[in-house]
Order: sequence, then structure tokens, then C-alpha cells
Amino acid sequence: MDKTMGLRQAISTYLSDGDTVALEGFGHIVPVAAAHEIIRQGFTDLVLARMSCDVIVDQLLGANCLKGLISSFIANSSAGSLHELRRRIEKSDPEPLWFDEYSHGGMVARYQAGASKLPFQPIASYRGSDLAAKNPQIKSVPDPYGGPDIHVVPALNPDLSIIHAQRADRHGNVQAWGMLGIQTEAAFAGRRLIVTVEEIVDEAVIRSDPNRTIVPAHVVDAVVVIPRGSHPHSVQGYYDRDDEFSRQWSALARDAGAVQNWIEAHIRGTNDHDEFLAALGSDHFERMAIHDAYSTPVNYGGRA
Amino acid sequence: MTLSAHDTIGAQAREETAGSEAARGGAAGSETAASKSAGSQVTSSELLTVHSARALAGRNVVFAGHGLPTLAVSLAQHTVAPDVEIVYESGVTGARPPVMPRSISDSILVPGAASVMPMTHLFNYVLQGQRIDVGFLGAAQVDRYGNLNSTLIGEDWEHPDSRLPGSGGAIEAMAGAAEIFLVMRRHTPRTFVESLDFVTSPGPKKAAEAKAGAMPAGAGVTHVITDLGIMTRFARDEELTLTAVHPGVDPAEVVRQTGWNLKVSPGIETTQPPTPSELALLRETLDPTRIYLR
Repeated sequence: MDKTMGLRQAISTYLSDGDTVALEGFGHIVPVAAAHEIIRQGFTDLVLARMSCDVIVDQLLGANCLKGLISSFIANSSAGSLHELRRRIEKSDPEPLWFDEYSHGGMVARYQAGASKLPFQPIASYRGSDLAAKNPQIKSVPDPYGGPDIHVVPALNPDLSIIHAQRADRHGNVQAWGMLGIQTEAAFAGRRLIVTVEEIVDEAVIRSDPNRTIVPAHVVDAVVVIPRGSHPHSVQGYYDRDDEFSRQWSALARDAGAVQNWIEAHIRGTNDHDEFLAALGSDHFERMAIHDAYSTPVNYGGRA
Repeated sequence: MTLSAHDTIGAQAREETAGSEAARGGAAGSETAASKSAGSQVTSSELLTVHSARALAGRNVVFAGHGLPTLAVSLAQHTVAPDVEIVYESGVTGARPPVMPRSISDSILVPGAASVMPMTHLFNYVLQGQRIDVGFLGAAQVDRYGNLNSTLIGEDWEHPDSRLPGSGGAIEAMAGAAEIFLVMRRHTPRTFVESLDFVTSPGPKKAAEAKAGAMPAGAGVTHVITDLGIMTRFARDEELTLTAVHPGVDPAEVVRQTGWNLKVSPGIETTQPPTPSELALLRETLDPTRIYLR
């Protein structure tokens, strides 16, 4: 079954106002283009699940798409603060943000429970942390096997999960390499799943290396080809990270008006990701070029 | 601002407070009192890196962020701990990057690495699974028992004066690693406090006082390395004790710069300054373009 689809159609088909949407990717293969399309289509009252925040969280907040955030790290990776997010939390400016906060281990456990269709997952690290006091969703339960009480976190099952990857076939068998974060668990935990990829490849390419597949086709609702869909984050083997962009964002977003102007000019003022990229300038991507470093092929064998 | 972020997990908090908001006016990039008195040009970053590296003697598996902890582990590989390896929060082990990584999620860490684990493996099997000897952390605040705050500054949790990055994986590192090394660039009463505004990552004493949950596997913070000296604690209920000061630093000054009545070891020592070979390794081999040494 051919699941390829344009980004505009995929987002409008599988996302609704008020949904919980997971956008995962740990500083690498991040579905940035998909986040921008959510802004273009003007979705509101979304709850965003994202372990490690980055520029797209500030952008979705500035565009008034979000009523809530589920996260475990709310800085702009190593590039500084996310000031739109800080204004919301520190000053309720322009309005309060519902923030459901965990540690990374807690988020991993939530996605695992969600992917496994379990109600909750035990976690060993919260004893004595004020995080457990701040968040009533972090509870403790008796160990039925006689050990001491143990903390648990609830399953996370987003209405829609979106991940980005290097490549997929038209059926939706998704291959990724490099840092894989929590993408497989987020994919299985989602009630619906959109995968954006750098390129669609022939099924034979996927089948030549099946261990590289992180999400099988039966989990996927839509496959969207969107080159440079992770910028300013890297895609292993395709392009490098744009640290300057991320740093400039942390400077720009100190000014709430500048965030609004940027969203108008670069997101709402462009029709799609190609136009977004073009507006950055044709030479913008030269510094993100990389050189090749191929793995040695493995022998999958076959019966003689 | 940002490429100086180094510490680690959860503790870009420290970068945050150091960089802009809470704790201006520190010594990053400047000569320390110690180095001045020694008559050399050792920077604060070099001093902290060298002492972090020396403390890794006998350790093998280290959970660390990019920047200073990565430099410290690299230096230890060349000196006191040839077999020591870094595990990054991004899941990479045994990285051999040709240049210094710009963050723990920098793709340059992947080519030539020994493994890249998904986060489920890193958090469940490596950290919670107690495979880490030493975790490097930073923090916005630390108290006398080595409890750490990387979440917020202020009294109102819902509307803090300054919202910091949060835990990241710091809670899991504290709970699962056998011991934690805390690196603090600026030893001041605003960072070494009597009472934390928020306990992000509790040490085992704090955990034991709580009512429920699994007890942490590790000893908590055992070493605190700052621009003024080194504090250690080893038993669960033990306070941090000043065990060494850098050359030219008066122990009384360290006590003044600490927000609680800091214990001073009767046998307090003076740290050995970075040696010419340690400095040569850092400056000429490990970080020749001074991305992190500043």
C-alpha cells in the first residue's frame, strides 16, 4: 500500500485542534518541517510532547498553537534559552501554559508504556525529587512482589506522533541511523503516525538491510518526503546541524515582537518547506555540507 | 554564549545561570587567583578540567556532557585512566570524533563510535541498570549534601523568577551512577546554598528521607570541583568537606563563598597545579582551537 502523501495533506488529515501531538528527535532527525506546517494551518489548543525542546517549541508557542507542553528539558539544546517558553512559564505572558514536567527517564518510561499499551511504567529515580512533588502524575505504588514502593509514570499515547528519518519506502518502512532517541517508542505509542523523510527509496534498498528499519510499515499512516526537513538539526549522512541558526533564535526570541515577525515572514509567509528553505538563501546550506563515511556492508546470507 | 555550555545533562542549567540570568560576574576565561599566584596563565577552564581528569583515576565508564567533562575524560585517557570511556546521553559510546563535539547530540560523535543506543537502552539498561561509574553533572544550586537544582530559581514553582532547563537525564544519572562529580565554575553563596529552591536531583540522604520509591543505587555527589578548590563526601549522611584548595586560595575564603557553614578538613591540602604535560595535551592535542578552554 502506497502511503506517500504531501505534507499539507498529511497534517490536515491526521491532526485536529486539541490533539496531543508528539514531535520527537533528540537534536537529530527532528520533524521541523512538520512543525512549521502545523503553524501554517493554524492549529490551536494542541498539547506538545517533546523530551528535549528546541526552536520549534518557541515557534509553536509564538504561533499560538499550544495550550500545553509535556517535556523533560526546556532549553534550546546547548544554544541557550527558549525565551518564548520562558515568558509563558515565568510570567504567564501572554497567557499561562500547562506544563507537565518529567525527567528524560520519565519521558522514556511514558512512551514505553504507551507503545506497549500498558497503563503505567515503574521508574527507580524519583525518590526525594521535588519533581515528584510538583507533578501529581508521578505516583508511587506498592511492589506486589514484596519490594519497597516504586514510582510510576502514566502511559503517553499521543493522538498523533510525527518523526523524521533518513529514508523510507513507499509503504512506510522507515530506516534511520545515527542517534535514534525515543523515535521508535513515540511511533508505536501514537494513535496515528506521520513520518517525514529525506528521501523515498526503492523497497529493494530497505529489504537489503532490514535491521536498519526502526519503524515497520504497519505502524505508519503517512510517509512524506521533505528534504532538509530537520533543519536546523542534522540528519546523519545527509547534512550537518545549523548551530548558528539555533543560537540566533535564542537571541531573537528575547523579543516577543521579533518572534511574531519571524513567524509571519518565514512560516505564514511561505507556502511550504521549499519556500522556507529558499528564503534562507541559496548559499545558506554550504556550511552544513558533510563528507561521506560509509559503513561496511554486512552479509545477511541465504540458504545454500 | 552557548558553545561554552559544557557541563552536562540537566545542567546547561549552570550555563544558563552563568550566561545571563542569575550569576553574572564570574571568572570564566579569566585567570584564577590560583593561577595568578602560580605565575602561569592557567585558565579557570583548564584548572577545572585538569582536576576533573585526575579524579577519574580508577574509573572506567563515565556519563558526561560535551565540553569540559568530555575534555576531562579525554585528558584522563591520556594520563590517569587510559581505559576510561564516555557514555553520552544521546546513546553514543566509545566516540572518537576528529573534532570536539558541539553538543551531546552532535552527529560528529557517531562515525567511528563503538555503539549508538536508543534512549530506552541508555536510560533503562545503562543508567537505571547501574552501568555507570561516574556521572558528571552541573547545577544552578548545590547544598551541603550534594542535592542539586537545575529546574528553577525562586520561591513560586509555578511562576519562578528564572526557569532553568530542568532535569534532562540528571535525575537518572544521580540515581543510577555509582558516584557523581559536580563541576561548578563559580563557587559563590548563590550557587552553594543552605537550601535549594527546588530539589531536582536528590542525593541518597534526601532520598532516604522521602516516603516512597526505590532508593538510588549510587553514593550521590562524591566530588565537587570548583574554581576555588575541591570538596568531597563519601558516606550517605556525610556533608561535603573542603579537602583541597587551589594554590593561593585561603580556605576561609571558600567558607565565605559557601552559603552554609562548610566543613574544612583538618588535613586540608593544596592542589597540585596543572603540569606542563597536562596543559600541553589540553592546548595542543585535545582542544587546539580552544572551543571549550576559553
